[in-house]
Amino acid sequence: MATLALDSLGMAGPATPTAAAGGPAITAARGEAGPGGTGTVRFENVSKTYRSAGGEIRALDDVSLDIPSGAIFGIIGRSGAGKSTLLRTVNRLEEPTSGRVLVDGERIAALRTDGLVALRRRIGMIFQHFNLLSAKTVRQNVALPLKVQGVGRAETARRVEEALRLVGLEGKAEAYPSRLSGGQKQRVGIARALVSGPEILLCDEATSALDPETTLSILGLLRDINRRLNLTIILITHEMSVIREICTDVVVLEAGRVAEAGPVWRLFGAPEHPATRALLAPLTRDLSSDLSDRLMPYPAPGARAVLRITYSGRTPPDLSALVAATGGAVQLLQAGVERIQGHAVGRLLIAAEGPEAEARLRAIGETVEGVGYVAADD
Amino acid sequence: MSPQMIDRLWQAAFDTLFMVGVSAGIAVLAGIPLALFLVTSGPGGIVPAPRTNRLVGLVVNGFRAVPFIVLLVALIPFTRLVVGTTIGVWAAIVPLAVSATPFFARIAEVSLREVDPGLIEAAQSIGCRRRHILLHVLLPEALPGIVGGFTITIVSMIGASAVAGAVGAGGLGDVAIRYGYQRFDTTVMSVVIAILIVLVCLVQVTGDSIVRRLKVR
Repeated sequence: MATLALDSLGMAGPATPTAAAGGPAITAARGEAGPGGTGTVRFENVSKTYRSAGGEIRALDDVSLDIPSGAIFGIIGRSGAGKSTLLRTVNRLEEPTSGRVLVDGERIAALRTDGLVALRRRIGMIFQHFNLLSAKTVRQNVALPLKVQGVGRAETARRVEEALRLVGLEGKAEAYPSRLSGGQKQRVGIARALVSGPEILLCDEATSALDPETTLSILGLLRDINRRLNLTIILITHEMSVIREICTDVVVLEAGRVAEAGPVWRLFGAPEHPATRALLAPLTRDLSSDLSDRLMPYPAPGARAVLRITYSGRTPPDLSALVAATGGAVQLLQAGVERIQGHAVGRLLIAAEGPEAEARLRAIGETVEGVGYVAADD
Repeated sequence: MSPQMIDRLWQAAFDTLFMVGVSAGIAVLAGIPLALFLVTSGPGGIVPAPRTNRLVGLVVNGFRAVPFIVLLVALIPFTRLVVGTTIGVWAAIVPLAVSATPFFARIAEVSLREVDPGLIEAAQSIGCRRRHILLHVLLPEALPGIVGGFTITIVSMIGASAVAGAVGAGGLGDVAIRYGYQRFDTTVMSVVIAILIVLVCLVQVTGDSIVRRLKVR
């Protein structure tokens, strides 16, 4: 299936004779992972304790999670929440103190050196600071995973070519990393992570060192890769905007524990845990100050009620019902509704006449919250 | 200066270069593995062996603590064992190499330690084994620093080689002491100093330019 997708998008490139023999290199390599190689990760009661001079630090505390094949799974949390540690248990850059991590159903703690090296070749990883080798060219950086595997020269050249084309860096093969921009460096990182045809891609704050525009282009590339190669992406970030942009599922970590988990639209629409709300705060516009300054706690004669209607993505916003329920005299003060995974999520701030507007809106099933009152002539 | 003295100076310059060259070569061959061991076996290294690491570190410090002139004498039995003689150029090469190796290893160790741990992590994540990390990450990334450190090592070895006259190995320092100092021949003294300055400058300039070329990448 992935091969088909690649071919139809023209990703096989000019290497058609070889492509006919074994399919595009990246997907061909994935075939070698065996029938179990689907890219699922399961954390079972994973804990990690660091011993330091100041005592024990619990980085992860009984984390259990299931990451399905083909997902773009976000792990978000404030700094020090343990997200980086959790991510690194997947390819055993970190060893859990207790609990189990299973990749494709296989308990990875049992692997010896050879098995671990083989596992890591099925799991690509990209980093916040790219971690490219400064003494090697882009081509040599991307070729390194194949070189240490003992892949032949012609095969390596073909797969490096393909990986560089996938990330849009065909012309930069002979450049040294110091000559590249941040976005280009991350593309090299992605090419290096993909060249051995992994089934899982770990992204460690992959866009945190990039400007907003480059961040979007890298996230777009990741989404693209996820669809074309059908590989599972696990990414950690401290920015909810990154989660909103590409993730399908998200887990919020707080002090090493799972605070909240679920589909992205649900966490954006109806965040339950304070940590989730705190992380969402930068994306949510609350009352603008010109409005909040004039807000009165009690209704004055002729004042209008300011109401906040929240859409948590379960029902689409029905504006005509809203107008009908408020008797037509309704003013839109502020609105922030967006579609996430096909669900409308966000909130409206309206001013409605009559003290009964709130009750009537509630009666038609809206999530309404009275914010205050403003004088009629505002 | 007499023609004999000029010949003598040529011979001395050659002896110095030969002694320093051979022992610098040995210092690289032995010092780099030693530095790699010190870095990788230390706490947080890729092959932790804290006890051996501490022991080796202690031995290295011990050799570095002994002044070269003392080392030269103290190593006489060892020198005889290795090269079969305790006088001449080869007798000086043994203590020179023994003294330069830990010196260079410590300098190379600093450069190796400065390699971003993120690069090692990245290498591990793409399935590199330890030897791949040494070969493709630690050594190439630390190379500019190692070359810079090697320059420093050679310069300090040129200085140390002046003592080699004590075992009859000749060299520029020996000429300066015997003719310049003991026979009050100021011209010889000045010429030797000039040659040494030129020599050290050449080494430094060459080293710096190699480092610069490596760092341009």
